[in-house]
Amino acid sequence: MYIIESGNVAAAIGVKLARAQVIAAYPITPQTPLTEKLSEFIESGTMKAAYIPVESEHSALAVCIAASTAGARAFTATSANGLLYMHEQLHWAAGARLPIVMCVVNRGVGAPWTVWNDHQDSISQRDTGWIQIYVNDHQEIIDTTIKAFRIAQEVNIPVMVCYDGYILSHSHMPFDLPDQKLVDRFLPPYNPEDCLDPKNPTNLNSVTLPDVRMNIRGELAHGYMELRYLLQEDLRRSIQVVADVEKHYKEIFNRGEGPYLEEYRCKDASFIAVSMGSLSFQLRVAVDALRKEGIKVGVIGIRLYRPFPDKAIVKALSKADGVIVFEKAISYGYMGTLCSEIASALYKNAKTPFVHNYILGIGGRNIRTEDLVDALRNSCTKGKNTDSADTLGWIGLKI
Amino acid sequence: MREDIINIAWHGRGGQGAITAAKIVAKTSFQTGYTGVVMVPTFGTERRGAPVMTSLKISKKKIYDLSPIENPDIAVVLDHLLLNEINIVEGLKHGAILVINTPKPSNDYSYNGIRVATADITAIAREAGLPYGMVNSGIIGAFAKASSLIGIETISDVIREEFKEIRPEENARSALLTYERTIINYGDKKM
Repeated sequence: MYIIESGNVAAAIGVKLARAQVIAAYPITPQTPLTEKLSEFIESGTMKAAYIPVESEHSALAVCIAASTAGARAFTATSANGLLYMHEQLHWAAGARLPIVMCVVNRGVGAPWTVWNDHQDSISQRDTGWIQIYVNDHQEIIDTTIKAFRIAQEVNIPVMVCYDGYILSHSHMPFDLPDQKLVDRFLPPYNPEDCLDPKNPTNLNSVTLPDVRMNIRGELAHGYMELRYLLQEDLRRSIQVVADVEKHYKEIFNRGEGPYLEEYRCKDASFIAVSMGSLSFQLRVAVDALRKEGIKVGVIGIRLYRPFPDKAIVKALSKADGVIVFEKAISYGYMGTLCSEIASALYKNAKTPFVHNYILGIGGRNIRTEDLVDALRNSCTKGKNTDSADTLGWIGLKI
Repeated sequence: MREDIINIAWHGRGGQGAITAAKIVAKTSFQTGYTGVVMVPTFGTERRGAPVMTSLKISKKKIYDLSPIENPDIAVVLDHLLLNEINIVEGLKHGAILVINTPKPSNDYSYNGIRVATADITAIAREAGLPYGMVNSGIIGAFAKASSLIGIETISDVIREEFKEIRPEENARSALLTYERTIINYGDKKM
């Protein structure tokens, strides 16, 4: 059944369908309507879960860590400075290998204060060991939220589902509601083998020495480095798990795009635009306009950002003459974060396309489709000779 | 950029319910076969009483561009005084429709190449039994009359559903009365 609702409501329904058992969150714009909706579901009895109000985002994730450690399916959501305030606990959740799911409703970070959209908040959490997925529309918000719980419990790694604040969180569009029975078939209950049990007290994640050593049962136990090696290995392994989960979801619900990226008019493309989130959908309109001018251009939207699906990205881009990366975040002092990673992934290839980088939409600056067309045309026609080959191109900047 | 998309800009004041009105039109359009429907409010730091705008795009195909509408095919104005405060008319496409809630006669609004539809919804809504200032259900009736995009019967059902806890019958009546009393002026006076 199709309904027309906001992106935040799509996420909330996804969490309800996934039968999350513990929700802990602190309201922050533009995430607020998502957690309000969840508290309504729980208050009205349509969702069986504990809603734990907390005084901060740091505590919100701490509660989820405790709940997940006790074997409950836990969910939280936040934006911008709220996410930054969780930073210490983000590392902890990943290191403790807890399958928590969080929606990040993307918003620029202060200072100065902004409540509007860009990707600096979640991109800044890139190295915390969480899986990060970026989505394009409301159907993907609800479907990916459900899939995220499955991915998380398959690999014991927490997952962020990232969607654009306001542009997706507060816009309304139709999406199909997954059937509860089918969701139950797709997502079995979370029953971890090891969890916090008062009848069987144990130390969890206490000080771990630099080297391996015998534990109290006389078995050789991992040192800190082994545990962190396994986190990296399991994250790389989860690239395949993400594909398997996508395939499983598609078999049941008969929808879903490629697990790592969504390609549009790329088959014969000489130039490929790359982006994440709703911007990659807007770029499709720019691509259509340029195709009418005879420019062979396509666009890919990257869904899976961590673990970085480098092989799939190189495969999608290596045949092109040029790659143009449009980003709503910067690694300050260098360039767009995604662009530097794409350039690095392409470097291993024999033939490397030129790579241009545009920064746009920072702090909610309006992104005009006409400006996307102009920037893309400029990159496609001038190729390596444009200024942005060496420096960042800024779109919509008024300085 | 896409010819198949109908771009509708909704101008109201914070608290007037322009977003709810646009949402009702979105739902009704979807039910009547426009499978591509997006409603994207433009958020600023505005509060109650300040001008707000929301973009409603409808098409028979999926819509990928969620950026705010710059050149509307239809502009809906919930408070006629907004026309003095912000530039609503300038961006309108040639042949566009301008729907205004106003106590003034429709001849007062004459713009070159723009079809103007007016109704005194503030008064009609009171007559329909709504409290003073509840105009967002009525404006949908004016929109339906001026645009012919959606039928008044379908829209009345969606209004009753959307306002099921806040005077559903009065809101539906306000839309119907406004539909009947909306005056369309094909003026060609210079702007």
